[in-house]
Amino acid sequence: MLRTAAGVGLTLLGVSLVVFVLMRVVPGDPVAMMIPPGASPADVQRLYAFYGLDRPIAAQYGLWLSAALRGEFGTSISLKQDVLGLVLARLPATLELGAGAMALALWLGGAAGVLSASAHGRWPATLVDGAAALVQAVPDFLWGLVFILLFGVWWTWLPISGRIDPMLAFDAHSGFLFAESLLRGRWDVTASVLSHALAPALALGLPVAAMVARVLKASMQEALAADYVLLARLKGLSPLRVLLAEALPNALTPTLQLSGVQFAFLLGGTVLVERLFSYPGIGSLAIQAVVARDLPLIQAIVLTFAVLFITINLLVDALTRWLNPRLRAAGR
Amino acid sequence: MTQPKSMPMPKHQPTHQPTPQCAQRRRFLHQSGLAIAALGGSGPLAALAQTQGTLTMAYNVDLPSWDPTVGPSAVNPTIQSLYKAVFAQFIDQNADLSLRPDLLTKWGWNADKTQVSLTVRSGAKWHDGTPVTAEDVAWSLRRAGDSKTGNPIQFLWSKLANIQAQGDTVTADVKEYEPALFKWMAFLTGYVLPKAYFEKVGPAGFEKKPVGCGPYQVLEFVQGSHLKLQAFKDYAGPRPAFETVLVKFTTDPSARVAELQAGRSDLTLEVPYEEAERLKAKGFGASIAPVSDIGMIFLSNVGPMRDDKVRQALAMAIDKKGLAGKLLKGHVKPIDTLQAPGYAAFDASITAPFDPKKAAALMAEAGYTRDKPLRFKVQTTRGFKPKDFEVMQAVAGMWKAIGAEVELEVYEVAKHFELRAQHKLAPAAFYNWGNAIGDPSTSTGFAMFSHSPHSAWKDPKGLDAMIGPLWGEKDEARRIAGYKAVDRHIAAHALVIPLFQYSQTVVYRKGLKFTPHGAGFVLPQAVGRA
Repeated sequence: MLRTAAGVGLTLLGVSLVVFVLMRVVPGDPVAMMIPPGASPADVQRLYAFYGLDRPIAAQYGLWLSAALRGEFGTSISLKQDVLGLVLARLPATLELGAGAMALALWLGGAAGVLSASAHGRWPATLVDGAAALVQAVPDFLWGLVFILLFGVWWTWLPISGRIDPMLAFDAHSGFLFAESLLRGRWDVTASVLSHALAPALALGLPVAAMVARVLKASMQEALAADYVLLARLKGLSPLRVLLAEALPNALTPTLQLSGVQFAFLLGGTVLVERLFSYPGIGSLAIQAVVARDLPLIQAIVLTFAVLFITINLLVDALTRWLNPRLRAAGR
Repeated sequence: MTQPKSMPMPKHQPTHQPTPQCAQRRRFLHQSGLAIAALGGSGPLAALAQTQGTLTMAYNVDLPSWDPTVGPSAVNPTIQSLYKAVFAQFIDQNADLSLRPDLLTKWGWNADKTQVSLTVRSGAKWHDGTPVTAEDVAWSLRRAGDSKTGNPIQFLWSKLANIQAQGDTVTADVKEYEPALFKWMAFLTGYVLPKAYFEKVGPAGFEKKPVGCGPYQVLEFVQGSHLKLQAFKDYAGPRPAFETVLVKFTTDPSARVAELQAGRSDLTLEVPYEEAERLKAKGFGASIAPVSDIGMIFLSNVGPMRDDKVRQALAMAIDKKGLAGKLLKGHVKPIDTLQAPGYAAFDASITAPFDPKKAAALMAEAGYTRDKPLRFKVQTTRGFKPKDFEVMQAVAGMWKAIGAEVELEVYEVAKHFELRAQHKLAPAAFYNWGNAIGDPSTSTGFAMFSHSPHSAWKDPKGLDAMIGPLWGEKDEARRIAGYKAVDRHIAAHALVIPLFQYSQTVVYRKGLKFTPHGAGFVLPQAVGRA
């Protein structure tokens, strides 16, 4: 446990250092974008000093790190608000969207993988494999554009911007609108949040679903050829039971591990998809921050993504150990 | 932020609730068809934007801050339309950029221009119901000139001192004469804020619950998502056509077009010219009108650009009319100075003719031919302004024909500003220049004066000697004539290459009326019913 905590700490420290240095080395100066037309060199220098950008990078990082360890991540240059507050206000939207997209991906990919494995060599498998290849080849933001056109313009089934119908009055106590509306029985809000999230979640989840389908199919084929499955068949179990009760549980571990990694990448995909759907999450905030070269905000957002990546991987590791008796035993 | 229990508001993002009463809220919800909009499906959702009394706008930028006088958003031209819906300026602007009263009904200098006198409109009220006073105006001016508040135009406002309010009049001493002072009062950061309220709640409280005296008050604001405005019943000016306005922050242009096509928004702006034409053909209303924004090629006085003949040749080689007609479908106007038509110092007689033969001859005189070309780097944005990269590719082709081979480098907006401030732009660099007040000091002045951090051509002896005296010129006719002379000098020596005046696209559903504004404002209060 201690080793894990130390590893996490070191990783975050490394990420923060790399991002801090990179953002100050790459072209694009936030102060240059703010210099008023009549500013004198002294005025410009005052602006640099105001944002603490007049010191050497090492000193700037030291100041940032000591403040960050106290839970202070500074003030956004462009939004003039507390960075931590901004990130925490937007994070729940992205987490709900990501979780929804992952749920869709697992459901669609899982069904496709099982179908393809069970119909191996026949046309349904060929169809599923072809569809998976196509879906995987198209990036998430392109799916987003396709869904905007299909569901937003042609058929007008779904809203294509925002997170909730702005006309709905909902006295939310948290940023988790979907979860909270469910708990409070506000079905109108739940429906609105779902309808707003469906298209972006599909755009994010489809490429992951294709990946899940392919890996699950391969694992299932391996499992279906194993002795214990042969034994189950000889025992006279129905093909469906053999598939779902015998082969599937054993094929899940690699799929689960892959899903963890994919979930982390999926969250990275929210940057473009959220912008496309005007979804007020941390992804769209990231674009805003980068365009404005809002250094404190970029730093906090990247760190948040890093924490999410690490947390997801730790959870997947724990889940894999829990699901796999051999790993569980080795852990003891 | 505390909220009355009778007015449930989302707390998931920063929200604002000014003074609307419960009944207003219910009317708002009733008018906007809340009851049918929640459960999805095409019918109710598509009907949302059509709700009577509500104007839904798909807006191209998010609103970063509610204080229109400080921070980067204070100098972002696109955000000004939203600020102008909620706050009043000292002075307002007509569509042709001329000035008209806003909170000030009269303004002027004394005889020797050492004092200003401002008359404040009587009867105006803040959104919290308190009266707007001359002291609010005086305090706003004092605050703008205070370096501690972070007003980006503080250098200008600080030219006023001893700002006093008496009755409905505000007077101030002029420390340093600023010819465009009153124009600036209709421009960036020229807003009047409520002194008593601001001092009571502080900057953070003001961000949470902004109070202005403009035609709309803020009903709800969810950063990154939407803004709800409600017509202010005590507004001193004409009542807007729409009782409520819903602004959806939709930064992606394709999503904005989809919003309009799907009937979820009534109006959107800043879509590509082709999209505006296409939507117009489909029956939408579309305005593609010139605004105070130009595209230009900054030339830096480095390397080959020091040669007068090279610069003149490069300028002469560009077929602006051809580019405007073929590449930009006639939606931009070719210009030869940094003044667009309608600007105070625009002079149609100053021209930079297209003459590729003479351009090639000048290049040959400078020692460059197609076989022995001049090579240099050119920077350009891509997708920032209409067809910017394509225009610069075409320009590169035109330059190649006269013996100049260029390497095109795409840069981001942030990088442009950094390089410009450090005087490290490539010898030629494409960018735009907005000038909502149309004054020559805010175009030629700031773009070409060496001491300006935004100039690329640094000529402390020649050009500065011409521009320098104009900053404080008290005779307006002489000042304008002076800038015209500067522009003529710049055009003759090709110290910068102005390209086009851009147009702004605004597309809206049938049944709406939109009047374009020269400064590019898309004001909710200026949208009416056809």
